[in-house]
Amino acid sequence: MNSSLLKLEQISKNFPGVKALSDMSLSLDSGEILALLGENGAGKSTLMKVLCGIYQPDSGHIYIDGKPMVFANYHNAIEAGIGIIFQEFSLIPYLNSVENIFLGREVTNRLGLMRTAEMRKEAEALFERLGVSIDLDKPVAHLSVAEQQFVEIAKALALDARILVLDEPTATLTPSEAEHLFKIMRELKSQGVGMIFISHHMEEIFAICDRIVVLRDGQPIGEADTQKTSVDELVEMMVGRKVESSFPAKNDHKEDHEIVIHAKAIQLEKDTPINQFELRKGEILGFAGLVGSGRTELAMGLIGATPVHHKEIEMHGVAVKLDSPAASLLAGIGILPESRKTEGLILPFSIRENISINNLAKHTSKIGWIDQRDEADNITALIEKVRVKAPGAESIVGNLSGGNQQKVVIARWLNHDCRVLIFDEPTRGIDVGAKAEIYRLMRGLTEMGVSIIMISSELPEVVGISDRVAVFKQGEIVQTLSGADVNSNEIMRYATGGASHE
Amino acid sequence: MNNTLQNTNKTQGKHSMNTQLARWRQSPIFYPLLGFIVIFIAMAFVNDNFLTTNNLSNVARQVSINAIIAVGMTCAILTGGIDLSVGAVMALSGTVAAGLMMMGLPPELAILGCLIVGGLFGAGNGAFVAYAKMPPIIVTLATMGIARGLALIYTGGYPISGLPKDFSFLGRGEFMGIQSPIIVMIIVYIIAFVILNKTPIGRYIYAIGGNEEATRLSGVRVKRYKMLVYTLSGVTAAIAGIVLTSRLMSGQPNMGVGFELDAIAAVVLGGTAIAGGRGAIIGTLIGAMMLGVLNNGLNLMGVSPYVQNVIKGGIILLAIYISRSRDSK
Repeated sequence: MNSSLLKLEQISKNFPGVKALSDMSLSLDSGEILALLGENGAGKSTLMKVLCGIYQPDSGHIYIDGKPMVFANYHNAIEAGIGIIFQEFSLIPYLNSVENIFLGREVTNRLGLMRTAEMRKEAEALFERLGVSIDLDKPVAHLSVAEQQFVEIAKALALDARILVLDEPTATLTPSEAEHLFKIMRELKSQGVGMIFISHHMEEIFAICDRIVVLRDGQPIGEADTQKTSVDELVEMMVGRKVESSFPAKNDHKEDHEIVIHAKAIQLEKDTPINQFELRKGEILGFAGLVGSGRTELAMGLIGATPVHHKEIEMHGVAVKLDSPAASLLAGIGILPESRKTEGLILPFSIRENISINNLAKHTSKIGWIDQRDEADNITALIEKVRVKAPGAESIVGNLSGGNQQKVVIARWLNHDCRVLIFDEPTRGIDVGAKAEIYRLMRGLTEMGVSIIMISSELPEVVGISDRVAVFKQGEIVQTLSGADVNSNEIMRYATGGASHE
Repeated sequence: MNNTLQNTNKTQGKHSMNTQLARWRQSPIFYPLLGFIVIFIAMAFVNDNFLTTNNLSNVARQVSINAIIAVGMTCAILTGGIDLSVGAVMALSGTVAAGLMMMGLPPELAILGCLIVGGLFGAGNGAFVAYAKMPPIIVTLATMGIARGLALIYTGGYPISGLPKDFSFLGRGEFMGIQSPIIVMIIVYIIAFVILNKTPIGRYIYAIGGNEEATRLSGVRVKRYKMLVYTLSGVTAAIAGIVLTSRLMSGQPNMGVGFELDAIAAVVLGGTAIAGGRGAIIGTLIGAMMLGVLNNGLNLMGVSPYVQNVIKGGIILLAIYISRSRDSK
């Protein structure tokens, strides 16, 4: 083997108090798809940022085609042929896909005016190569998440990327969209593009990748050919311990429990479906359905985070208004929003401040001062309870990994004696080990009498943890399943409108 | 995994010197304080008269008006907003106080009336920002014009003078050898410090600037606290208006022109992030002092006011540059 397409040698990167990467080596051939696997905080994101010039490694070398490279910034990396599709897209929301693809390198004529038609044609060709059809005139903000991702990929390809890094690209895609993405990846593979694929989904990794590198604590812990390994082996490598079945046992006989929330009618807008559902004490009610089927919207409408056209809610048989998240909190309903970073956390705040933000009254004396010692003690206990990995309660939440951030949000609501919690995509972007912990926390809550609504796009999760499942289709709850009917086939049957699954 | 907390604590012990310094540098007032000390020492070297008690006391007094306004401004900026109306609200509430006294009201009641005017005006700003969801910069730009206009209408464009002698205490008096405006300033800062650092209200103000949506979804009544912030800003502007009116012993409809910019400068020099969420009230006091010392020193040196503007602008740019490179690391 003379020279691989991309080679990393002994890369190390330290942050104050944290060894993010140490002696990280890795190689990638052209036309190869390499999976990068590891728990949150294992160093995947840091590695990506080193690769694209956002971070400079403290030591180590990067080679492309055997030539040593130094990336002082993102532009150097792009010039060298690296394209990265980040978890958070870097598209400008109010520009359309053509403008986004050509941002910063617009094709201009001699007068310096843009050659719109030419750029449009090239964009069309790119999307054709990917086999997707995208409305070129729509601002990307109005495209679906999957479509935005395709635009990102097209953008990278337009820059002649030969190395494509995809950071959890399927996290927000529906199964059919993900399948579409894999088709695109196989096509690119045949064109000689080398790809690094980051995902927590084993099936996906086995479906698409040639080779797997497992990271733990900033170091490559093992490497395997997809052909010759198994899920169990990989999971063990990742977490350094065996993980039993990640779903805790369901407890039965919820049907006769009292009704906590009776949503008699929620209509988001005029002429949209009127939905109703019941939530019983101590149960987990799954909201299943395809991405965009209106689950989050209904939940946000329920707690008054967004205005609704019409709403009739009873809690414990008493009519309640729930006209704001604050009113819902008073009624004992809390939400863990879908997007941790933009809706869940106050990133510049410490762990302590994030957890206690809606429960300061608990630590406030009669004269209105916060008892900071009392607050700190309480929060330290909570941090240990949910097992946040961090130097301490004063660590800034923005510096934590996704899984730890989610645990902070959970701790916030544990701190509050809520009777109802809404988990919106609770395990998105979270590794296997942390997922199991979160499921256990959820089940533990129900045993304490808390009722949970869980919105999730991951079918195994919905099936594994929900006592009952409300299936959404185009903004409407089309069926509520319980007991043995809570299975993938039934859910997909209703979510896709009767067409049988697979 | 259970031991992660303890483990990291142990490793921190090894290089505690470094971490102590690093922690210091993380503090929002590290650079402001450093800047203040540098400027202070420089001025002391250049001018013999700078370090006299008399001069320093005068600097503190001159600073007090801006420093008081900057308290409300700090709160507004911490939430990610801004309040451009403070200078005009100051003029409006100051003239109202003067007018009330001329109508025969005792100074105490006139002061109360003046605070109510400032508070109501601020609450109006807050209502537009929080409930009508209008951008603070536009709302307060508009109300700045309205407040100034009302002050001019109310006074007919002429200063209201002939105020009762008692009233001069707040601007010209002394208490235990300290000039009254300084005492008012200190009291305002103590109250602001307590609110911002010791009460839930303060935590919410920072939280709103850090991530308004997350704060709202956590169940905090964000609108209510935004409204409160602008009300506070109106009140501190009114307090500054009282002090200045008392100092001048007349209600001047034209006072406070451009003061909003000085207040913003003090806040920003004090290390508060203009996007909100981070900063410290003590930093604002340091920022105001920095501007005051600079003004005073340059005056003593006989530097022309025109040149002073350029120097001050340059220092603000430099300060923001330093805080920017600190944030982006």
